[in-house]
Amino acid sequence: MITAATDTSPEAAAFQQAANESRLLFGQCSVCDKPHYYPRRICPFCSSAEVEWLQASGRGHIYSYSVVRKATPPYATAYVTLTEGVTMLTNLLTPDFDRLQIGDEVELLFVKGDDDQQSAFFRPIA
Amino acid sequence: MSQAYIVGAFEHPTRLAVEQSVAQLHAEVAIGALEDAGLSRHDVDGYLCAGDAPGIGPLSIVEYLGLDVRYADSTDIGGSAPIAHVAHAAQAIAAGRCNVALITLAGRPRAAMERAGLVTEYTDYPESLFELPYRPILAASYAMCAKRHMHEFGTTSEQLAWVKVAASQHAQHNPNALLRKVVTVDDVLGSPMIADPLHRLDCCVTTDGGGAIIVAREEIARSLCRPLVRLRGAGESIKYQLGSGFDLTTTAGKKSGAQAFAQAGVSPADIKYLSTYDSFTITVLLALEDLGFCAKGEGGRFVEDGQLISGIGRLPVNTDGGGLCNNHPAHRGGVTKIIEAVRQLRGEAHPAVQVKNCDLAVAHGTGGMLDRRHGCATAIFERL
Ligand SMILES: [Zn+2]
Repeated sequence: MITAATDTSPEAAAFQQAANESRLLFGQCSVCDKPHYYPRRICPFCSSAEVEWLQASGRGHIYSYSVVRKATPPYATAYVTLTEGVTMLTNLLTPDFDRLQIGDEVELLFVKGDDDQQSAFFRPIA
Repeated sequence: MSQAYIVGAFEHPTRLAVEQSVAQLHAEVAIGALEDAGLSRHDVDGYLCAGDAPGIGPLSIVEYLGLDVRYADSTDIGGSAPIAHVAHAAQAIAAGRCNVALITLAGRPRAAMERAGLVTEYTDYPESLFELPYRPILAASYAMCAKRHMHEFGTTSEQLAWVKVAASQHAQHNPNALLRKVVTVDDVLGSPMIADPLHRLDCCVTTDGGGAIIVAREEIARSLCRPLVRLRGAGESIKYQLGSGFDLTTTAGKKSGAQAFAQAGVSPADIKYLSTYDSFTITVLLALEDLGFCAKGEGGRFVEDGQLISGIGRLPVNTDGGGLCNNHPAHRGGVTKIIEAVRQLRGEAHPAVQVKNCDLAVAHGTGGMLDRRHGCATAIFERL
């Protein structure tokens, strides 16, 4: 699925390439100075094309989450707010879903999917 | 204030359509609504549908029905689309673009699922790469909003369960409802967890069938032998997240509701009945807050102890049993929201749930993915 998306979206290809090198990018506008996610080439706040894709530090906290219990095995979808200020959809990796809490500090790691493409996941900082 | 009236409304009685095609279901609900209005297909000169209609926009269904239309609209903002269509039809009527507009919604996901299993298709949307790797199933989308609402406002699973309890209390009187069994708060909390904090009974049903609405100009409405139901105000809005200023506890309903109430010149306190989208229990809670029936964060306390049950609570909601118990055809609950509001205003709801002197009602929809991007539409109707 990820391969198909980058194949058809030249705009997103650099994001996936960075992810495959274990770097998470977000959009930062040079005109209005606002960060955004998902990153795009046109700023969604001011329509400027003066957008840089910056590398996130990889630290953040859980804004909200849900453990998909009906899946086998269960997995946790979440929104993580990065220290840079943007909030992104992701998955959380943890041996104990019951200990997750909104506000928990998390750190970035990359997980390779079935299609050999890496995606940004997070795990609680012990 | 518009001069457009709902003159026909029809809900397909089926909840499992093994034998019919999707187009056939659209046609069956269209015919039902025309019969309800006392109009013929030759009177229809406007047609509106959303993405549940097969083919390019309105083209295939207009052909299938053999209509001759001079106005067509295929706005799709998810399941709330038919509520937006009513307002679009009213605008077209006001502009002289049509006299009688037909809105249809239909599908057969249940029959299709029994045949092929749940199929998730890859879609080339701009956001796909940033979302699909995380398997964002619909229930989790709404669950993360519920979890955040609990975190910010102390909302409980028991309070969410009351939304389902009220729906089931109403559905027991609806012979066509998929689920007619009355359930308790404990039943909801004891049902399997789908995506925490949402249990199976916090989720709407999957059904086949659909519904249709006929909107007509005033002279035509007055010539028909039906109670007069006028569109008094409407609004629509689309909400999304851009990463910054993130917020999962306010919906587009805040804007669509404000527009509708401003146009109608009434306030939530004036409303006798509310049809509101109930894809999940949390969807109802957020709508009650955003439409102004209670303050932000007060939704949980507003719905508990049966406050949404007709004849008992402070605000009767979804007296047909809603999407939680009655019907959520084609994964889209918008048309059934309008239909039950029309029944209430006409005095044609089931006697056990009919609201006394119901002269002002709201139909409100929340379509799409609540967390990522969704579209809300609000319509306020009055009985003259
Ligand atoms: Zn900008």
